[in-house]
Amino acid sequence: MGAITYIQAISDGLREEMRRDDSVFLLGEDIGIYGGAFKVTKGFIEEFGPERVIDTPLAESAIIGVSIGAALMGLRPVAEMQFADFISCAFNQVVNNAAKIHYRWGASVPMTIRCPSGGGVHGGPYHSQNNEAWFFHTPGLKVVAPSTPYDAKGLIKSAVRDPNPVLYFEHKFLYRRIKEELPEEEIIVPIGEGDIKREGRDITIVTYGSMVHVSLEAAETLANEGIECEIVDLRSILPFDKAMILDSVRKTNRVLIVHEDVLTGGIGGEISAVISEEAFEQLDAPIMRIASIDTPVPYSPPLEEFFLPNKEKVINALRKLAAY
Amino acid sequence: MKVDVVMPQLGESVAEGTVVKWMKKPGDSIAMDESILEITTDKVDSEIPAPAAGTLVEILTQEGETVAVGTPIARIETEAGATAVPSRPSSRDTSVHDGSDRPGTKVVVYRRPGAVTAKKPTTGKRFYSPLVRSIARTEGISAVELESVAGSGDRGRVTKKDILAFLDARGAATAISPALAAPAMARPAGPVEEIPMDRMRKAIAEHMIRSVQTSAHVTSISEADVSAIVRFREKFKDPFRRQEGISLTYTPFFAKAVVKALKEFPLLNSSLDGDRILLKRAIHLGIAVSLDDGKGLIVPVIRDADEKNFLGLAKTIVDLSNRARIKKLVPDEVQGGTFTITNPGIFGGLIGTPIINQPQVGILGTGAIVKRPVVINDAIAIRSMMYLSLSYDHRIIDGAMGTLYLQRVVQYLESFDPKELGWNVR
Repeated sequence: MGAITYIQAISDGLREEMRRDDSVFLLGEDIGIYGGAFKVTKGFIEEFGPERVIDTPLAESAIIGVSIGAALMGLRPVAEMQFADFISCAFNQVVNNAAKIHYRWGASVPMTIRCPSGGGVHGGPYHSQNNEAWFFHTPGLKVVAPSTPYDAKGLIKSAVRDPNPVLYFEHKFLYRRIKEELPEEEIIVPIGEGDIKREGRDITIVTYGSMVHVSLEAAETLANEGIECEIVDLRSILPFDKAMILDSVRKTNRVLIVHEDVLTGGIGGEISAVISEEAFEQLDAPIMRIASIDTPVPYSPPLEEFFLPNKEKVINALRKLAAY
Repeated sequence: MKVDVVMPQLGESVAEGTVVKWMKKPGDSIAMDESILEITTDKVDSEIPAPAAGTLVEILTQEGETVAVGTPIARIETEAGATAVPSRPSSRDTSVHDGSDRPGTKVVVYRRPGAVTAKKPTTGKRFYSPLVRSIARTEGISAVELESVAGSGDRGRVTKKDILAFLDARGAATAISPALAAPAMARPAGPVEEIPMDRMRKAIAEHMIRSVQTSAHVTSISEADVSAIVRFREKFKDPFRRQEGISLTYTPFFAKAVVKALKEFPLLNSSLDGDRILLKRAIHLGIAVSLDDGKGLIVPVIRDADEKNFLGLAKTIVDLSNRARIKKLVPDEVQGGTFTITNPGIFGGLIGTPIINQPQVGILGTGAIVKRPVVINDAIAIRSMMYLSLSYDHRIIDGAMGTLYLQRVVQYLESFDPKELGWNVR
C-alpha cells in the first residue's frame, strides 16, 4: 500500500467507522452528490446511500441542531462545516446546547463536527481562520487538530466513537501536501494524548496542526547549528496533554509555542500559563510564542505570507531562545 | 493575631542558622524588638528581636537545631489591635552592635546609615532564571558561589549549561577531597581520633577549594625595609595605648599603604563577573583574623577603608578583631570585602602564599618583621625587613601589574613619614 494523503486518511477513517457502525451518518453542505467541497466524502453517497450521507441546506445552525437531536436519539452524526469559519452561524448550538446537555440533563451527545480550517491557501478572511480557541474556552467540548495522515485517521475514528461532542479541526493546507504510509491494522489515536514528533534536549516546541510541519523544518535547521528541538504535537487541544508538555519542559527547560491561530487569546497563552504555574522552577528562559499576527487573515498572498507563522519566524525565535 | 518569627538571613551567603538559646519560653510576654533568642551561623552570632509585642505561644525550633533561612522558628500571639512588623529574613532585624555594652570602650558605630542598602554591588544586579535558582537550591550552591559562575547566555546570564558545568567541576573537586580523607585508604593503622568538622571549618574548606578552582593564582613577593615604622612604633606604642586605649600594631600601617596603593591600581580592587570586570569604587578592606587555637578564621571588613585616617583604621581593626574572636560581629561586618590583608608574620612566618578571598582578586600576605643585614649604598646595615607576598588572579591581573602594585605598597611602607599620620601625643 502506498503513501496516502492527509485528506485520504480522513476519508478512510470516516468510511471505516460508517462500515463498522450503522448509527454513524454524515451531514453537511454538498457532501453527498458533489462529494464535499474538498472531496473528503467522494463516493460516500454511492456506498452508504442518501440516508447516511445527507446534503443539507446552507444553514450551519440547522446542521448542528439536527446533529444534536440525532445524537440524543442514539445516532452518531458527523457534521461537516464546509469551512470552519462558518461554524459561527451554529455557535449557540455548539457552545450552549451540544456542550452543556450532558452537564444539564445527563444525556450523552456523541457527535463530531468536522471543521476544515487554516490558511496558506489564499482563501481570505472567511475561508482561512483557525478558530479552535473559541471552543477551547468551552467546557463540555473536545477539540482535536491532527497534523499527519496517521493522526488524522486515528483521531477521526476516536472522535466518532467518543460519547461527547468533538470538534475535529482538519487543516486544509495539509490535505494534499502531507503523505504518509499507514499500517494495515486499525489506527486509533486516543483523544487527549500528544505525540513527540521529534526528540531533542535543548528546546521544547509545543505545537499542533500545520505548524507541526513548519516546526519540524525549523528544528532541522537548528539541528545543523547544534540545537536539538523536541516537538510536542498536541494532536488534542481540549483536553491537551499537560503531562507530556511538562515532561518535555523538565527536560529542555526552554519552550516555544507555535500555532497558526492569531496570538492574542490563542491557546498558546493557556499553555504558557500552565507551564509557568506548574514548572516555573524548570524554566531557564522566558516562554515564547509564535503565532499569526492579530489581524483578519489577509486575502493578498504576500500579506498572508507576512501574517502566517513560517519557518524563518520559528527559526529566529528558536535562536533567540537558545542564546538567552 | 499570630505572628511568625522566622530564621533571619544573617548575611548574603548564609542559608541556614542554628538556634543557640531561647531567652523566652512559651507563655512569656514580650515587647516589640525585645531579644528573644540567640542564633549562630557560620561566622556570626546574633540575638534576634521580637517582630511584634505579645505572648510567645510556641517554639518551633529547639536549641541546637539548624533550619533554613525563612523557616518559622516561633509564634507570637499579638494583643488584639496591636500592630506587628512582618518578620522577614533580613539582616536589618539584627541589632546594631555599637559596643555600648562594653564599659571603658569608646562607642564607635561602624555601620554607616544606609550601609545595609548600599551593600552587595554585584549580587542584586544579576538575573538568575527560575531553573538556575532551583538547581542552586537543590545542589546547595550558595549565593556567593552562584555569583562566581561564569555566564554564557545573553548579557552574561548563567544558563542551565553553565550551572551544570559548574556542578561538574565542583563534583570533581569534592570527589577528590573525600578520597584523601577516605578511611579505607588514608586511615593509619594505629588508634585514630576522629574530629567532625564544625560549620566554620566546613565553610572555610569549601571556600578555599572553590577559590583555588576559580582563580588563576599567582604570588609575587617583595621585600620592604620598615625600619622607620618599627622605630615609630617602638617610640610611641606606650603613649598611644595611654591616649587611645588600644595597642599600636603594625596592621594599620599595612592597611594604610595597601589602601593608598589600591587607589592607584583599581583593578586590584575588582571582581570578575562572567566576562565582565567589575571595578569597585569603594574600598572595603578585609583583615584576616585567626581564632584562638587554630579554630578557624574570620575576615572582618573595614568599610570604606580609604575614608579613614590612621587612628580610625587602628581603632576599627582592634575592635573588629576583638569581636571576631568572640564571634560578636554583625553580618555586614564580614561581607562585601574588596581586598584582603592576611598576616602570617604574626606567627613568625617569613612569607605566605595566601589564597584569594572570593570574589576578590587580590590578597596581601605580610611576613614577620626581622632585623637583617642589608646593603645600603654599598655598606652593610642592620635594618628591620619584611617580606610582602601578593596573591592575585592572573585571569585579569598580569604579573607586571601585580608586581607594580606590590612595589607601590613597599614604597609607601618604606617612605613612612610620621607627619602624615595625623596622630600626635597630646
